[in-house]
Parts: sequence; C-alpha cells; structure tokens
Amino acid sequence: MRIGVFVCHCGSNIAGTVDCPRVVEAARGFPHVVYATDYTYLCAESGQDLIKTAIQEYSLDRVVVSSCSPKMHEETFRRAARQAGLNPYLVEMANIREQCSWIHSDKEAATRKAIDLVRKGVFKVSRDQELFPSFFKVNKDVLVIGGGIAGIQAALDAAQGGHRVTLVEKDQTIGGNMARLDKTFPTLDCSSCILTPRMVDVAVNESIELLAYHEVEEVKGYVGNFDVKIRRKATYVDWSKCTGCEECVGKCPARIYDKFNQGLGRTKAISLPFPQAVPKKVTIKKDFCHFFLKGKCRVCEKVCQFEAINFDDQDQIIERKVGAIVVATGYEAFDPIAYLEYGFGKYKDVITSLQYERMVSASGPTMGHIKRPSDGEEPKTIVFISCVGSRDRAKGRSYCSVACCMAMAKQAILTKEHIPDSTSYLFYIDIRAGGKGYEEFVDRAREEYGAQYVRGRVSKIYQKGKKLVVKGTDTLLGMPIEIEADLVVLAVGIAPPQDAPELAQKLNISYDQYGFFVESHPKLRPVETNTTGVFLAGACQAPMDIPASVAQGSAAAAKALGLLAKDELEASPIVASVEIKRCVGCFKCEAVCPFSAIQRQELRDGIMVSNVISTVCKGCGLCGVACPTGAIKVNGFTDEQILAEMEALLL
Amino acid sequence: MDISNTLDQKNGIKIVAFLCNWCSYGGADAAGTARLKQPPQVRIIRIPCSGWINPLYPLKAFNEGADGVLISGCHPGDCHYAEGNYYARRRLEVLGHFLPFMGIDPQRFRYSWISATEAQEWQALITEFTEKIRELGPIKKHVEVS
Amino acid sequence: MTIKYAYYPGCSLESLAREYNVSTRLVCQDLDIELVEIPDWNCCGAAPACQVDHMLSSALSARNLALAESFKLNVMAPCPKCFNRLKEADLEMKDNPDHLREINNLLEKPYHKGVQVKSLLQVLYQDVDRELISCRVKIPLEGLRVACYYGCMNARPADINDFQNPEDPTSMEEILAPLGAELVDYPLKTYCCGAAFGLARVDLVLRLANELLEMATLVGADVIAVACPLCQQNLDLRQLQVNARYGTRYNIPILYLTQLMGLAFGHSSKELWLDKHFVKFRKLPGATQAVSSGAR
Repeated sequence: MRIGVFVCHCGSNIAGTVDCPRVVEAARGFPHVVYATDYTYLCAESGQDLIKTAIQEYSLDRVVVSSCSPKMHEETFRRAARQAGLNPYLVEMANIREQCSWIHSDKEAATRKAIDLVRKGVFKVSRDQELFPSFFKVNKDVLVIGGGIAGIQAALDAAQGGHRVTLVEKDQTIGGNMARLDKTFPTLDCSSCILTPRMVDVAVNESIELLAYHEVEEVKGYVGNFDVKIRRKATYVDWSKCTGCEECVGKCPARIYDKFNQGLGRTKAISLPFPQAVPKKVTIKKDFCHFFLKGKCRVCEKVCQFEAINFDDQDQIIERKVGAIVVATGYEAFDPIAYLEYGFGKYKDVITSLQYERMVSASGPTMGHIKRPSDGEEPKTIVFISCVGSRDRAKGRSYCSVACCMAMAKQAILTKEHIPDSTSYLFYIDIRAGGKGYEEFVDRAREEYGAQYVRGRVSKIYQKGKKLVVKGTDTLLGMPIEIEADLVVLAVGIAPPQDAPELAQKLNISYDQYGFFVESHPKLRPVETNTTGVFLAGACQAPMDIPASVAQGSAAAAKALGLLAKDELEASPIVASVEIKRCVGCFKCEAVCPFSAIQRQELRDGIMVSNVISTVCKGCGLCGVACPTGAIKVNGFTDEQILAEMEALLL
Repeated sequence: MDISNTLDQKNGIKIVAFLCNWCSYGGADAAGTARLKQPPQVRIIRIPCSGWINPLYPLKAFNEGADGVLISGCHPGDCHYAEGNYYARRRLEVLGHFLPFMGIDPQRFRYSWISATEAQEWQALITEFTEKIRELGPIKKHVEVS
Repeated sequence: MTIKYAYYPGCSLESLAREYNVSTRLVCQDLDIELVEIPDWNCCGAAPACQVDHMLSSALSARNLALAESFKLNVMAPCPKCFNRLKEADLEMKDNPDHLREINNLLEKPYHKGVQVKSLLQVLYQDVDRELISCRVKIPLEGLRVACYYGCMNARPADINDFQNPEDPTSMEEILAPLGAELVDYPLKTYCCGAAFGLARVDLVLRLANELLEMATLVGADVIAVACPLCQQNLDLRQLQVNARYGTRYNIPILYLTQLMGLAFGHSSKELWLDKHFVKFRKLPGATQAVSSGAR
C-alpha cells in the first residue's frame, strides 16, 4: 500500500495556526505513507496538479488531503484523483481548517490536533475500498412548490427549457405577496401591471400544470425519481365549469375575514381573492359557509348559471413523479401583536405595512383612498416604524428583513402623492438601501417628497383623544420625541410561513432557527439544498426583495435544468451492501430502512436473504446497526474504517 | 518516529465526538467558519447519521482510553434520513443507563442535537462538555481491587 | 391553605410608606398569606450602595436572603426597588459561583441559593386565587374608576419582572378586577414618574408628573392605584406643585393597591391610614360619605 499525504496551508488560514511542515514530518512516519508534502492552496489548479503528478510519480494508491471541510472540497480532490487514474473513493480528507486552525489560537495544540486528524485520515484510507457508482434513469419533470413571483419565474424558465412543470400553490390563486403590493421600489412600477402578465403566462403555458388550492402532502424517492403526493383541497366548486363571473359572490350572505386584504375590509365565504386572480375561480370556505354551518342557504348554487357549485366536493390525493423540485414558498408578514407597546390590535389606526399597501392600492378595499380604519378620515400625520419583527433580539428576530426600509420609503412617497398636505415621519435604526438605484430612491423620498426620517426606536404608542401619541427617541439629537399621529404604519418584517418546518421535514431539507430553509453553501451554492434535486427560490430561504426573488427563481430553474439535462445520473456508491454469506434472513434491516431500499432475494432452496437496491439506498446505515450478524454495512463507513479512525485517535 | 497520539501529553484528556454528516458536522464547520474558539481536546469522527451509531462504538472508545464520548445528530424530526435520530435517541438513552454497570461514569457520555446553523450552540456544548470531562479527570482503565 | 413568606418591608415601608406596610399586612392576613418579618433585616443595597460598590450592595441583599433561608421561606418584598435589588443579587449569585463565593466570604452566615424572591404584586397575582379575593370583598368598589400605574420598577427589567409583559403589564388590573371597580385603560402605566430626579431636577419631575396626571384625567380616572412608595409619594406630594406650575387643578388621590383592597375588604380608612395622603380620597365605595375631615 502506498499512501500520499497532502497538507494545505490555505494561505494563512491553516498555516497561521498550524505548523504545516511539522504535520508533514509527522505524516511521513505513519504506516504506509510513502510521500507527504505541503502546499499553499491545494484546491487551486496548481495544487490539484501537484496531487495528480504525485499519484503518478510515486504510484500512490491512497491519498489523504488535509485541508478544509470535506463538505467544501471532497468533490474537488476526488475528481483530481480520478483524473490521475485513482479510484476517487480512495481519497480521504482531514478537516484541519473549520475544525482545527479556525477554532484554536494555541499553535502547539492546534498542530498536535492536526497531526492526530491526519493520522485518523491515514488509518481510515488504508481500509478504503475501490467503489464504483451505479447509474439510474431520470424523470424530466419539475415540481415547483409555491406560486409567488419566485415560483412563477422558476416554473416559466423550466417550462421554457422544455420540461413539464407542475406548479403547486396552496392559495386559490398564484401571485403570492407581490399581488398585494401597489407599487414596487425603486421604479414605482405598478406591481400588478408587471405581475399579472406573468401569472397569465403560467396559466396559458401548455407545459405548466397549475395546481392552485393544492398542498404537497408527501415526498418520497430521491433525485431524478421523486414520488410526490399532492392534496387537492376541496373547493366545493367545479372549476371546469366556473367562469369567475362572481355572480355567487354578490349574493353570498356570509361576510368573513379577508386574508388577501390582510383583514382590511371583508370578503365572502365564496369568493375570488382579487379580480386578476389566476386561475379565476371561486372557492367556498367551508368553515364560514352558512350551508355548512347551519344546514341551509345554498344561494350560490341557485344563482350559478353554470351549475358549478358542488357541496359534496372532497379533498383528493393526486400523485406526480418528478425529477427535481423547486421550493418557493415565500414568506408571511411578521405578526406585530408581539409588540404590546405599539398597541397593534388594540388601536385600529395602528396597521401593518402590508395593510397599508392594500389601502393605497386602487383595487384595495378603500379603492386607493388612504383612510383611518377607526373613522374613515384622511390622515395628515403618518408615522412609519421600521424593524417591527426585524433586528430585535428581544423578540427573537435578530435578522434584517432586507425589503422593509425600501418599502417604507416607497410608502412615504405614495402617501405624499395621495395626500399632498400630509407629513410622514419614518422611525428607523439604519436605512438599508443596498441595491441598484435604492439609495437614490431614499434620497428622493427625503428631498422631493419631504419624508421626515427620525433615527430611533419608538417606545410606546397610545391613544389620546382621536390622535395616536408616538413616543420615541431621536438618537441623533439625543432627545425624546413625541409625535401626535393620525395613522401609524408598522413596517413588519419578513417571517417564514409557520408550516415551513413541516414542509422541510417532508422534503428532508434543513431549516434554521427561524424557519428559513438552509442552502448548501451560503455563497457558492445559494439555491441548492443538502438534498440533491431540491432547490430553493425566493424568500423561503432568506428575506429578500422582488429582484432577488426573481433572480433566484431563474437560478433554481437553471440548476434543475442542468441536473435534468442528463438522461442518467450517477448514484453515490456510499450505500449499504449485504454480505450474503453472513445474512440470516431476519429482515430487521427491512424493518428499519426509511427508504424501502431492502429487497428480499431468494437464493437456492428457497433461502431468503436481504439485498440492497443501491439506487434507492441513501447510506444512512440504520440497517447496519440493526443487523445482528454484521452482514450489512455502509461502504465508506464500515466498522473497520471507523474502528481504525478511533484507534488512530486513541493510540 | 513515534506515531502515538499526542493528545494526552499536555491536556490530559481525550474526547471523541461522532457527528452526523448533515447537521452536527455542518454545525461544527459553521462554528469554524465563524471562528468560534473551542477547547482543543475534541476529535471529531464524521458519520452518515446518528442512527448509524452502534452502541458498541462509544464503548470501544472508552475501552481504548477515551475520557469522554459525545454523539450529536440532527434535531429529532429533522433527520436527513427521516427517522435515524429517533433510533439513536432510544439506543443512546439506554446505553447511558448501562454505563455505570460497566464501571463508566455516565457523565462521560453525552448525546445531543445540533443543527447545521447552530454554531454557537455547538461551541457552548463542547466547551461545557470538555470542562466537565476535565473536572472528572482521565478515565481509570482498570478498577483497582482493594 | 396558608401561604407563608419571609416579609421584607425595607426602609420606605418603615417611614414614608407606612400605610403601604400596614395595608399590606392587613390584606395578606385577609387572604391567608402569613408574613414572617425577616428578623434584623438590613438595607436591600439599593440607591446609594449599588451606585458606589456593587459588591457591598449584593452582600447587603445576600444577608437578608441568608436570614430568610434559615427559616426555609421565600422572600416577598412590597417595594419594587427592594424586590429588584434582592432578586438581581439572588440571580447573580445563582448564576455565578465565583460571585457567590466572594459574597459568602463577607457574610457571617453563608447563603446557599435556597430562596426565591417575589414582589407583592407577583404574590397577589400568582399565588392568590381570584375567587378568594372576590370572597373577601365586603364593600364592592362599584362606580370607582381606577387607573393602574406601575411606573418603571414594577414592570422592568424584563428578566426580573418575568411574570408579566414588561410593555403592557396587567397583573394589577387582574388583582383589582374582583373588587368591582372600573379599571380604565391607562396608556402611560409604565412611564417614569421622575422620582429618581426628585432633588436634582424638579422641573423634570413636575413635567413627568403633569403628563401622568393629565392622562389620568383624560381617561376619567377617580384614583390612581400604585405599588411603589416613590410613585405614590411623587404623584401625591407634588400634585399641588404641578398645579402651581402648570395652572392645572388636579385632585386625584394616589392609593396603594393594598389600600384599595383593604377598603373593599371592609377595613376603615383609619385602619388603612388613608389620612396620611396629601390628596384626600373622598369617594368611599358603596356610599357617598366623605372620608374623615382634613379638607385643605
């Protein structure tokens, strides 16, 4: 056996804390090591060439690369080994950057730890076996979850790439939160004017199957071969007959909370969220419908000329097979009820920025007239408060929601346009205007539209007669400030949907403490997840504004197209395999396998043993622990290899 | 050249940690990327899933001279393989109860859940665990017969 | 079932807030709460001590806690500043073993972290059944409009007053609700009364007091209920000064919540020392009778 050890300096990232030449010196003393060297950047082309040359020159048959985390560059070095004619699975990495040099400052201790980690790598690699990937066929269809602007963009791009797309939206229309906006920053484009054509594009695209009012129920399988169960929620309306004439809506007697308008105004138990909805079909909200609650009414049924009402409708599960999934489930506005000091919910004239957006919108419940919800009067003094549910550790929301500063500036401009004799006060911590044309936009709000920016937090809002007293601090003047406002708008932050963790668990992807989905790498793989074939787009990954969401939608589609361009994919050989001689056919492995990857196989004389379907197995190793005879093991993580690692550390 | 381990020469204690590839190993990496300082006595072995841990591994580690063993996986419910950590939780809980029977202080054994984003939690965990093991001191290999 | 607490009155309740002391004892007796005054208690370590020497201040608190510990009782303090100081010292000692060791070096009798510190508000809010309060009411305070004012210390800091929301506390309202009084929404309930600047910046104190009294008038309060000696003193004593400075004619009695409870429980105004206040409380519950003489 001839092992080569390569120690990376990573500039000063490793070499600053770890004495690399000493690690090399120690490595030369390890069993079977015939060659060891160090280099400034092994991942660079010259570094990879160094490894390739050494493999050939010294006839190396095993390699240990001691550098960063395997999550960063394992692929890189395996590829280099393959190019030099070595089986890529005979390469091991010792993580001496993330788990050594970056977390220690004592050079002596770090160097000794690095030596241990390299020894661990050497001991493991000497037990490595050549492994060969298998190949499997790929389904070319794409599933997009979420029909906001990011999902719409991803669906359109994937369809344009020649794939069939299934777009699942949980609401009855696509459009997402962007449909709620009146104008968009920094151009003041009318939001619906740029969004609705895209929505229609989705509806008329023959490659896109739009499943509105559906939710993803279950996801099984793996990249290239996902089996998805989707729940069609009962609409109680036959959408093939409904024309969206809204005859029924006018006659429906049940007035209910209007989710689309964020609770400003009311809608009906049978309704269309907004006139440009796609698909333009009504649904009955069972929980509020008089017929379902009291057993009589059926007015909608009577007025519908197309006989579309069907009170017997029920949820249905449909199944789709897809090769890649784009998750674009967007965000929910932060619920400011947690800020008792702002009195949201207690004072009618304290509203959220999204409610304000509906109020300013010509198609909103007030027909574009800005009115105080309490008495319908036009407000003259309006206070905007930023960072409600953002940058606030006390409320468990440390992150910046990115879009609110700009949205607030936009709303101040719109306010001045609607009510020329009004004054807007904008309380802020910092103005975050990082984007093309953003800073200029804020300047315009201030200079042309007279927006009064006050740097400081608001501590309390209370009612005094008809006015709302806003108390806060102007931290630039170092003085308390008090404004008597007619209307207060809370610039609420971007929060992940409450059911985000549930969906993450269905998809086997990670989510962070807030519920945002976690990308593979924050910089280099921003739209991929740790589950191959599942991609992220839009605000479900992190707070982002419309341009970023659209860019990510396209990026996720491009990643999916790249993946699906191949007819066959390589399955990782790091999977379980059965040593038939030792299998006693107890099938405990079958019972614990979460992926149904165990097959029963008949040998001569009807003896049954386990067999692993290698393209289905994901290599979790649950079977290996369950097996009483040690017949089943995961390649690349065998008992022998782990014991060797332990031995290396505890010698 | 002496190839033996350098761990116990100065710091006195050795801790072996088994971390699942998807959550906890990522969490430890994230702690590194954030330059969160940690005690240098911990050596990490990467495994696919906490459910992969055969209870014999920690025992073997103790037998070979580890002073502490830590196992960490994804939070229950968030397993990359859907249910691996549920198996881990049951097995490791039982293992903890058996350790005194084998003459091992159960405080030397710990299992936990750290996600890929919980860098600070990882730092806090291993700092605290190392401190605990340091308090307990090196493990005695053989029980003295009095 | 009797609840038992080690009672820490503190300096204020021995002097300027004696009526708070008296009424607290009466009300607790009515509600089956046994108070055992900590023998030989000393200063809690607030104001001067904590400004000068953190260690001294903590040690003063710790001595009181150690005394209570020897009776195996949790501590209840009506004065919010005492409560803050005692609890903060307690938490720090529980949190930091080194700190505890240093403190215990200063004490004759060491403290073993075996005590919980609660405020009077917390005890009435958490330990007393609202039904029991209703049962004890003999003269409902019907028609009396009460504004509950917490000030700074009865709601903050959040980790000390962890039993209610620091931005909109409601414990006092919930305790007083069974008395039958009408509880008005008082938006300034957590605002500063300015007492801390009582000597240095009288102008500031008057401005703040004016705001509070103006708001109380605006929401139609007959009386302001408080649970802090300094709030009581500041709003009561300075009402005339405020009237003189701002040309106002406020005449709003400032009562401890225990005094209101005592009235509803049937105690006389004499028992409750209502006479001690500058702004007299004339609107007795159940009748229109005037309280004692003493009109100015």
